[in-house]
Amino acid sequence: MVVAERVRPQQQILKWRERLVEEVRQREGLRALLLAGPGGLWLLLFFLLPIAIVFAYSFARRGPYGTVVWSLTLENYARFFDWLYIRVFLVSVWLALLATVLCLLIGYPFAYVIARAPRRWRNALLVLVLIPFWTNFLVRTYAIMLLLRADGLINNALLWLGVIERPLPMLFTPFAVVLGLVYGFLPFMILPIYASIEKFDFTLVEAAQDLGANTWHVFWRILLPLTLPGVLAGSILVFIPSVGAFVTPDLLGGGKVVMIANLINQQFLTVRHWPFGSAVSFVLMAIVLAATLLYFRLGEGRRV
Amino acid sequence: MTLDMTIQSPVVPKKRKRLSLGWGALYLNVVLSFIFLYAPIVVMSIFSFNASRQMQVWMGFTLDWYVRLLHDERVRLAAKNSLIIALVATLVSTIIGTLAAMALERTRFRVKRFYEGALYLPIIVPEIVMAIALLVFFNLAFTWLDRLFGLQLNFGLGTITIAHIAFSFPFVAVVVRARLADFDRTLEQAAQDLGATDWQTFRYITLPLLMPGIIAGALLAFTLSIDDFVITFFNAGIGSTTLPLEIYGRVRRGITPDVNALSTVIMLVSMMLVLGYLFLQLQRRRTA
Repeated sequence: MVVAERVRPQQQILKWRERLVEEVRQREGLRALLLAGPGGLWLLLFFLLPIAIVFAYSFARRGPYGTVVWSLTLENYARFFDWLYIRVFLVSVWLALLATVLCLLIGYPFAYVIARAPRRWRNALLVLVLIPFWTNFLVRTYAIMLLLRADGLINNALLWLGVIERPLPMLFTPFAVVLGLVYGFLPFMILPIYASIEKFDFTLVEAAQDLGANTWHVFWRILLPLTLPGVLAGSILVFIPSVGAFVTPDLLGGGKVVMIANLINQQFLTVRHWPFGSAVSFVLMAIVLAATLLYFRLGEGRRV
Repeated sequence: MTLDMTIQSPVVPKKRKRLSLGWGALYLNVVLSFIFLYAPIVVMSIFSFNASRQMQVWMGFTLDWYVRLLHDERVRLAAKNSLIIALVATLVSTIIGTLAAMALERTRFRVKRFYEGALYLPIIVPEIVMAIALLVFFNLAFTWLDRLFGLQLNFGLGTITIAHIAFSFPFVAVVVRARLADFDRTLEQAAQDLGATDWQTFRYITLPLLMPGIIAGALLAFTLSIDDFVITFFNAGIGSTTLPLEIYGRVRRGITPDVNALSTVIMLVSMMLVLGYLFLQLQRRRTA
């Protein structure tokens, strides 16, 4: 009797606790749904679903007048092996790599100076880097266009100085595109490198110098390896938007330098071959994904 | 860092001589880089005050191009469109972005990893791919809505706004989440110990403390929306031209000084937005 009475309230308490836990869990589930729901819905409807449709389209055929006929063909992907399109891809990857390397060559020493500057100067210098970077991309590309034109400031200055006799054709060349990419994405390189140099322990430099290392050695054997995460992050941040750039090759390449995004644009808006355009988009995504994976692979290797 | 400096300072004078050439080159690189970063936009702004139609020579100062902008119907319409889109997109993406950040920081749910990954995707996926994906999606959706319900919809301000929300709310989520991560939760617990309900805690404790992050996120969303060209270009319709589209159209037709004036105005607007954003970030660091 006594025992039974003692057990029952305990069971009761356990039951209550269970119910409470359950209710809290349900409420948390409900709360999560309410909080994550709107964003999730938006992502699902206006991002994931559209991407999935593009993926499905990349296996479809082009009907008459640019319509899409559902099917399961690989011909859109097979079409890449046409030299015409391989060239576009090679040009894109090449120009993006060139821009990345140039950004690295300019950005690393630049970041080094900022990171070594007196503390109160650093933020001011960083803001100075960011200001042009955060102004409208189209406007900045247009500004480059103004400088590079046949009657632009650079050509006029060179003519006036007598360095050249006729205006140099600079606009609508691969040079202009690379310049535009570097101009557009240089801060993406500077910021992560700055972050890793700022964290770098400079007493290591002294230790190395005391042990007889010269400046060159210090840079190659100590500073660079230890700031490599920043270099890798910066490189990926410059390469990805460069390889998929649309405005830069469109305005500065002027149809003479065709990159992947221009090919996609052309397939969607001019030629109206949506299935092929979709396939090109997915190859672009594959390149970006490959670059990201490579970055993580290299990053992991570093950390070990 | 200060420790490191104190250790290093006595050594520096000895080494500096040997490194002087290196530092000279480094400073030169910085100076040239700043010229590279600023020359194009400065030249563009200067020539927006040029009295000549031809842009190679300076013919004196004028504000004509700016006055012309004020009276240009197309520019006015584009500015109005840009503002409407940016305001609506900012409002919606700030709300759903903040909610998403709260969901990620404060709750547990089954598909969280997937949700988080999907949220970061629009930031990584190339703009052009997102642009054509939305173009394809709206096209298909409009076809089906017409076929099923006889609903006649078309590309315009609506499609642009939806697209802008899709790419800017993940940025809001990232910014607000950063603020939530270094949030002192004991303040909320104190409020609840004192008898505040969940809603009161959120309204009077969480939200005010989160505000700088939310405003920073909103500013970022506004900047992203008003500056966007690629995604807008593919999802615009007749009469829904925005300022970047207007500039692009004019540049394509041939460069004239009024484009310089328009570009300069847009540049100044985005600069002010960015400085506002940076100011908030600085304040955040000070209060945190």
